[in-house]
Amino acid sequence: MTPAVSSAVPPYKVVRHGRIELALHELRPGATPSSSASEGARPLLLLHGLGERSVESPPEWAEGWPGAIWGLDFTGHGASTVPIGGGYSAELLMGDADAALAELGPATLVGRGLGAYVALLIAGARPTLVRGAVLTDGPGLAGGGSSPSSTVLDGGAGTPGQAPDPWALAELSRDVRPADYATGFARSATQLSGLEWPVAVCAKSRPPWLEAVASEAGVLDCPLTEAIDLYAAGR
Amino acid sequence: MPDPEADDPAAVTYPGAAAPSRTARVNASGMGIATYEWGDEDAPPLFLAHGGFDFARTFDLLAPRLADGGWRVVAWDQRGHGDSDRAALYSWEADLRDAVAVMSAMTDRPAPVVGHSKGGGLMMQLADCQPFRFSHLVNLDGLPSRRPVPDIANHDRTRMLATDLAGWLDHRRVAADAERKPGTIDELARRRGRMNPRLPIEWLRYLVTTGARHDPDGWRWKIDPMMRFGGFGPWRPEWGLLRMPGLGMPFLAVLGLELEEMGWGTRPDDVLPYLPIGARFEVLPDVGHFVHIERPDLIADAVLDLTGRPS
Repeated sequence: MTPAVSSAVPPYKVVRHGRIELALHELRPGATPSSSASEGARPLLLLHGLGERSVESPPEWAEGWPGAIWGLDFTGHGASTVPIGGGYSAELLMGDADAALAELGPATLVGRGLGAYVALLIAGARPTLVRGAVLTDGPGLAGGGSSPSSTVLDGGAGTPGQAPDPWALAELSRDVRPADYATGFARSATQLSGLEWPVAVCAKSRPPWLEAVASEAGVLDCPLTEAIDLYAAGR
Repeated sequence: MPDPEADDPAAVTYPGAAAPSRTARVNASGMGIATYEWGDEDAPPLFLAHGGFDFARTFDLLAPRLADGGWRVVAWDQRGHGDSDRAALYSWEADLRDAVAVMSAMTDRPAPVVGHSKGGGLMMQLADCQPFRFSHLVNLDGLPSRRPVPDIANHDRTRMLATDLAGWLDHRRVAADAERKPGTIDELARRRGRMNPRLPIEWLRYLVTTGARHDPDGWRWKIDPMMRFGGFGPWRPEWGLLRMPGLGMPFLAVLGLELEEMGWGTRPDDVLPYLPIGARFEVLPDVGHFVHIERPDLIADAVLDLTGRPS
């Protein structure tokens, strides 16, 4: 019996980042950025935590968001490519987020855990494209601390070649995140975005890098719903 | 009009350089890593780790001298370099794991390891986390010290960071389809000469024939265009030195003092406080970053003096 060949289009956009194909999920449609009349209709892009994948539907707290809502699967996660041989870094995932922004245009970002750190990085790297980065709790928030520790060269839990990639789990749980490195990105966002509050820290857990970011001038420290209301209002 | 003879790789040689006797591939978590060997196949191995944007054949001067000392000399192309696979992702830790795969494929006993530049930094970290693999360690001008901080205002520093970041991201948006610029042997040699100004053009021409491929439209360096020189990240150069005092195997550090583009500008006083007990430290005042290319006999002698010659 000949196996059935599916011609179904995957239920997500495929966005290319280098040799990786990223899955960008439209969780709720909205007006396209180019046709939107107001700044508030810009997309909301959700970045998941370490070992997670994009949610399948918009979270409750995002119901009032006026624009489209998207979720990105990072490299080695969800429906995105699981590359051979590892080599992950938070900066690589920043490139993932940049590839999504190239598709979506200016967007507000909400990151969980590792996704929060990536949201901060891309907010500093693309200050005119990220219209607010909201940093929340989630897996992979702490990373590997502020300075190097003893190196362990092994893979993480999971199945090689399948998402979440064991190399991603291993390498992204111990990437070093010095506080002054993180604040460099926060300062880039506060100085170059033109926004009054380009970064909002909403996480209850505060590893050293995030504590330092939350203490920076121009960084908002508030509950998630307040941050969403602020950016939904186009501020 | 190009001179066809000048572009004939068979006509390009360099005194004292020797091609490897054997080549192979090692599977490193699915990545194909190209390996190269000089010397007696049955001799104990000695490993050579190359620097960033280099490749194993940059050891064509040093490796045969060490092989003459009785070692089976093994070098490999790091992922994205030379004949090893191009990867989707590159990282320091991935390079470490690839090195472990190569070393494990060759021996289960401690072996001498020599690393140049980035290869020296990688091997110092590997010696720190897997010391059982190392009988001796030699670091050739891979001793990064604290990066000098320019005396500029904070807001200018922020703009510099933002410019670097945007440049890196812009590169990643287009680099997947990029190809390195083709040229003649002379053109590629002159281009590399801008980064290696102290190396003779005859050596750089030889390097083209070992580290570039000949396409119909010219020669191209076999370095993945996805990789970008320089960059940014949380890593601090001085972190490498912090691993040095704890090294327990016989250790030799070599520092070339002539400043050049690819070097770190590290001074002896930056290194001395971190040397492990009993370490040897060779400072070469009239030599640049590529100590093993400028002075292959001196470096081979220093390595063999540390490791001895296998019986």
